[in-house]
Formats: sequence, C-alpha cells, structure tokens
Amino acid sequence: MESPAHVASLPEDEELQPWGSPRCPGQHPGRLEGAEYAEPGAREKARPKWGNPMQFLLICVSYAVGLGNVWRFPYLCQMYGGGSFLVPYIIMLIVEGMPLLYLELAVGQRMRQGSIGAWRTISPYLSGVGIASLVVSFLVSVYYNVINTWAVWYLFHSFQDPLPWSVCPLNGNRTGYDEECEKASSTQYFWYRKTLNISPSIQENGNVQWESALCLTLAWLIVYLCILRGTESTGKVVYFTASLPYCVLIIYLVRGLTLHGATNGLVYMFTPKIKELANPKAWINAATQIFFSLGLGCGGLIAFASYNEPSNNCQKHAIIVSIINSSTAIFSCIVTFSIYGFKATFNYENCLNKVILLLTNSFDLEDGFLTASNLEEVKDYLASTYPSKYSEVFPHIRNCSLESELNTAVQGTGLAFIVYTEAIKNMEVSQLWSVLYFFMLLTLGMGSMVGTGTAILTPLTDSKVISSYLPKEAISGLVCLVNCAIGMLFTMEAGNYWFDIFNDYAATLSLLLIVLVETIAVCYVYGLKRFESDLQAMTGHALNWYWKAMWAFVSPVLIVGLFIFYLSDYILTGTLQYQAWDATQGHVVTKDYPPYALAVIGLLVASSTMCIPLVALGTFVKRHFRKK
Amino acid sequence: MEWIDGTSLNAENAFKVRLSIRTALGDKAYVWDTNEEYLFRAMVAFSMRKVPSREATEISHVLLCNVTQRVSFWFVVTDPSRNHTLPAVEVQSAIRMNRNRINNAFFLNDRTLEFLRIPSTLAPPMDPSVPIWIIVFGVIFCIVIVATALLVLSGIRHRRRNNKGLPGLDDAEDKCENTITVENGIPCDPLDTKGGHINDGFLTEDERLTPL
Repeated sequence: MESPAHVASLPEDEELQPWGSPRCPGQHPGRLEGAEYAEPGAREKARPKWGNPMQFLLICVSYAVGLGNVWRFPYLCQMYGGGSFLVPYIIMLIVEGMPLLYLELAVGQRMRQGSIGAWRTISPYLSGVGIASLVVSFLVSVYYNVINTWAVWYLFHSFQDPLPWSVCPLNGNRTGYDEECEKASSTQYFWYRKTLNISPSIQENGNVQWESALCLTLAWLIVYLCILRGTESTGKVVYFTASLPYCVLIIYLVRGLTLHGATNGLVYMFTPKIKELANPKAWINAATQIFFSLGLGCGGLIAFASYNEPSNNCQKHAIIVSIINSSTAIFSCIVTFSIYGFKATFNYENCLNKVILLLTNSFDLEDGFLTASNLEEVKDYLASTYPSKYSEVFPHIRNCSLESELNTAVQGTGLAFIVYTEAIKNMEVSQLWSVLYFFMLLTLGMGSMVGTGTAILTPLTDSKVISSYLPKEAISGLVCLVNCAIGMLFTMEAGNYWFDIFNDYAATLSLLLIVLVETIAVCYVYGLKRFESDLQAMTGHALNWYWKAMWAFVSPVLIVGLFIFYLSDYILTGTLQYQAWDATQGHVVTKDYPPYALAVIGLLVASSTMCIPLVALGTFVKRHFRKK
Repeated sequence: MEWIDGTSLNAENAFKVRLSIRTALGDKAYVWDTNEEYLFRAMVAFSMRKVPSREATEISHVLLCNVTQRVSFWFVVTDPSRNHTLPAVEVQSAIRMNRNRINNAFFLNDRTLEFLRIPSTLAPPMDPSVPIWIIVFGVIFCIVIVATALLVLSGIRHRRRNNKGLPGLDDAEDKCENTITVENGIPCDPLDTKGGHINDGFLTEDERLTPL
C-alpha cells in the first residue's frame, strides 16, 4: 500500500505532482482483545496471545492494505502497460513478497519478541536493526498524519452544496472567476490554494496555516484516542478501520461501473501493452511496489507474529496476507479506472462542446445544428467555404482526444485530492460520494497511523526506565504531542514540499537496507539450517525448498538490485528536483532542491541506516571493554 | 452599419447579442421571430428608461440589425432625435442593472443570452457567517476531547484504586493478567515464558552466536 519514492518510478507523463505514497503505513497492528504484552526484559510475564488465528490474519491484512493500494498501484498499472503490468507484479509477489513476508512472520513467531528483542536475540550486534525500524516508524508517523489532515479537511468541506472544489471563486469585481482558478481547474485551485496555500518554492516558508494546523491537531487527537490505552483501545478500532475501506470500495465499484464512460477507462486499463514488459522500469516498479506495500522492515509484522502460538502455521498466513493485499490493489485499480473513464469521457465531451460552441459562435450557425457526430464534416465544409475566417478560428480549436484524457497518469495525493474530486463533483449527489470517499481515506490512513504509533510505543512502554517514570497514557500523549509539533512544519505554506521530501526519502533506502540485513542475518548469521530446524520443531511442518532458495539467494539479490537501482538513480540525476506549483501559470514547474533541503534528505536517510553499523560498533566496543 | 440612411452610427456604441435558445430549452425552444425581437427591444427600452436621464426612451429608439440564424444580432439605442447613439457606458450599466429581468423574459440565463462586451455580475457564492466546515470540526473536536478525557480519567481512577487496593503490583501488568485470563479463558502458558528464548544460563556468549 505504501509506495516507494517517485525516483524509482521516474514518471514520464505527469500532469500533476507525482507523489508516491508513504511507506510503512497501512499498518493496523490490530490488537489483542485488550491484553497487554510482554516485551524483552519482562520475561517473567506471560506473553499474550491472539484470541484466534483469524485475528492475527485480520491484523496483518489491515497492516498491509493501506493508501498505497488505492493511489499507487493504479498509477503503476497505467504507466507500465495496463493489464500486462500484472505479469511482473504477480511474479514479484511470488518471488519477493511472499518469501520476505514469511521470513518476518517466522522470525517474530520464533523469537517471540518485538523487533528490537528479536534481532538482539539473533545477534547482539544486530539490535541496531530493531532500532533502525523504530527510527523509520517515527519518521513515517511524523509526516503521515498530514495525509489524514487533508482527508479530514476535505471530509469537513464535503457537507456543502455546491462542493467547494466544483466552482471557482469570483474575482475582485465579480465579473469573472479568480485568475489562478481559471488557468488551472477548480479542483486544482482548491487543493493548491485553499488547502495547502502553497508557496512558489520550498525556500519561501510562509506562515503556518491555522486551518491546517487545526485539522492536524484533530488528527493527532484521534490517533491519541486510539492508542492511549494501548492494545485495549486499538483492538476495537481496528475492526472498524479494517472493514470500512472494503465496504466503501465495493459501493464505489458498483457506482463506478454504472457511470457513463466507465467502460472506456476499464478497456484502456486492461488492454495489455505487451511491449512494456521489455521495459526494466516496469519490473523494478513491480518489485518496489510489492516490497513497500507489505510493510516489511518496519517492525510491525514481527510484533504481530510474536503473539502467535508457536505452532501457528505462519506459512499459510503469509501466503494469504500477500494474496489479499495484491487482490485489494487490483480491486481498487478497477474502481479507479472506472472513475478515470468517467472523468475522461466527461472532459472529452466538454471539450467537444467547447469546440462546437466556438464554431457556432464564429460562423453564426444555427444553435443546435452542430453535434458531435457531424462535427468533422461540418469543419471540412467550413474550411472550404470560408477559408480565411476558418484559418482565424483554427488555432483556437482544441483537438479533443479521449485517449489523451485517459493518458493523464496521476498517483499519490494528486490522484486522491485532485483527480478523484474532479470525478466526484460531476456525479449526482456528489456530497454523499465525497463523504464516503474521504471517510475511506481517513480510515485507511488512521489505521496506518495507529499501527505506526503502536510500533513506536511498544519499545518505549517496555523500556523499564521510561515506564517507571510515566504511565502509558502520558508516554502516548508525549509521543503524539512531539509528532504534532514537528508536523506543524507541514502546515506551512511550503509544507507540501517538505512532505514530499519525507515521503520520498524517509523510508525508502532505509527499509531496503533493513530487510536486506534481516535476510542475511537469518540465513547466514543465525544459520539457515538452524532456523529451518527451529521452524520444524515449532510448527511441525518441514520448510519447503522454495523458501530456502528464496531467502538464501533470490531475495537478497533482488533487494541488492533494487538498492543499486535507487542509488544509481540518485547519482545519475545529479541534483534532485521537485515539482513546484506556479500560481501565475496554473501548473507545476520543476525546480532544484536548495542545499539545505538536500542536507535534510541526507540526514533522513542516514538517521535510520546509520543505526545498524553504529549500534554494532557500540556493542563491539562495550564487549571489548567488558572483557578487559 | 446603415440603419439610418445617411447618418453614420457610431459602431462602438452597438452591442452584439447572442442567444442559444435550443441549448437552454431543448424541445420547448421557441422560434425567434419579429415578435420576439419586439419584446427584446421593449426590454432594452425598459432598461434605458430606468436610467435617470433617459426616461423618455421609446421602443422605436432601439434598433436591431444583422439578425442571423444563430440567433445573434446587433442593437443600438438612439436618443430621441435619432441622430446620435447613446454612449456605450450608459447602455452597459443599464443592461447590467436589469439583466435578470431581461433573462427571465426569454426564459434564458447569463450564459444562453449573451451580451458581448457587457460582463454580467456573477452571483456571489452563498457565504454563511460561520463556514460549515468549522461547525463540523467543532462537533467532532468536542466529541474526541470528551472521549479522550473519559478514557484518561478512567485510567487514572483505575490506577488509583489499584494502588490503594494492591500496593506493590504493577497496575498495567495487573490489568493485563486479569484481562488475559478473562478474555482468552486460558491461563497464560506456563511454558511460554521460556518458549523460543535462548536460555542464557547454558550457553556462553561466544557459543550463542553462529560464527560469522
């Protein structure tokens, strides 16, 4: 569900800002029925268990299914050949997704501890991996709630008639519409001007927008409400956040398929473009999408599995969870493409109507004479009969093409808040559809936030030092408060540019590295044979040769490949660039990041990846001195 | 334009009008004939009569010309002497003031009855004194604050009760132990504490790790 940095995707045809969606989120680390859990260091307490294996399954599914399934996968599908993208996607699922998911679940179930404890058990030099997971989760939680802020903002604005993003506001003397809104579209205007109040570049910070700040505070209050009691409260929340998105998606599927022009979008999507299979970017993006979508490396999966019965068949669960995750992505792809089809058809017909009006007015033809069907022949007739006048009018005649409308590929927040809202405003009873849609986004995002929040809180509440001074509610409150304060950065006028930085760089390389170290640690440090015999003793099933082959060779090679690709991409593109909104022109322009922004990017990546070697070094030094 | 022979009328005081009757009314569209033109001239004259200095404007002072199939035509308003045309600014402001009446006379709106070069005053959007989103926000905010306060207070009360009743036991674990036995119905697995953990007592540090 989360999506990797747009660097990897290198979008070719972006009309709107190409945001990838965040990693790690999508987790709903569901809860045990009100049970507290023991973590490393508290071995005298019994470890709580899931009430039944179904809960564990549901929680893993909630964790994996998130915003990325909804707004990243359809984009990839469109960019890389429609129906034929499913081929690399499914191959990567089988080769990369399932083995790595099974590995994490198996580690958690075997070690019966959270991420920090589990890796410390495998090797004290590797407890940095757990700490790196914690740092990544923290960075993600800082910026991810901003998406919920926007969902809340749009949700609250959906209770008006007409929807505020469906009409342009009037200009000063009420003779026309606001200039920026005319140049762009009303949905883009509402997003860039009313929601973000975006500045022209990242250097111009501007002020904190009080409306966004209010919504951010509310979003963090809701997160606090869900996690403050720990497992008790989150357990009940997760049933809701896990099921509601599916309900809304089904409703939207029915509505989407019955929209006028939906079939255009579906045909466009499912028509395979076989030659895209030869494009290496398609395979790389399939691999990264599977990787980040399952939420690997964030520590959440290990935590869930640690509450399992030792004899639980986590192999079966790993397969089921990954299949459900991918099916949800494909399902939401169908919904998205029917909406695309509707929007494209609507715009195409609008364009045709504009051309008809232009010709009717210029040549004073009878009103209603020109229709879409006779447009071409009448154009030819006019060109031959009034050549001079026609040549005057000709530059203003736009070439309306359904294909080019369908080709506008968008992902991330651009898809959710600009494209979808444009489609929704044209539906009947648009308020209802708008409320449903943003409520779905909010529950998907909230579930992820709750999961990430719990992933951060678990080590903190288990640390003896902290929990002796502060009760659980206070720790949760402090974490939420700190995150909210840092999150105010994203409510400033340049906040969206900083959001993009966090979104693209905070978790991508780090997660790849973490999972790579995890795989190598299990196979070579702990020993694959030893792990195999542990699993056999634990679950009673023998480990299939397929998993062994994947863990030992294929998956590490794949991850190293992805890693090299990302790094070479960063290096080759030279200076990193971003999309800035130009109010005077009404579209985005590409700009370079200033040096301090690049420094922040470097810091983000380093803060989590450096944990691994630093902690290893620290442990080595500590041991060395202890021996002396 | 030659409406009045010999007199050159100032073309910049003339305005083009465009009607899209079929777009607006579909099947109920009426035919544009001379009677409709008469009505139009009457409406324009009516608008001019509302201007303080032009109360004497008659229908015959409004002249139409170049009616096309579209339907579109030009019109101009002359003064009583029929020698000059009224300045464009006056005509503009008069039409703007009475635009709604003119539209309604023809069952059209600003978009289907266009006066080129006379911009229409767009209706301002409904602007309630308190934006609706703030009301919704306030409601949700209060609910969340109340729920949070309730949870926090009940937690504090629970802890205080535990501290009074059973000092020495950690409250969180106590609650956890109770809920485990209540919720799952199965007591915590006695073997569970050491299950899957490496017993440090038996292995030395070096042996615990597989050599790199």
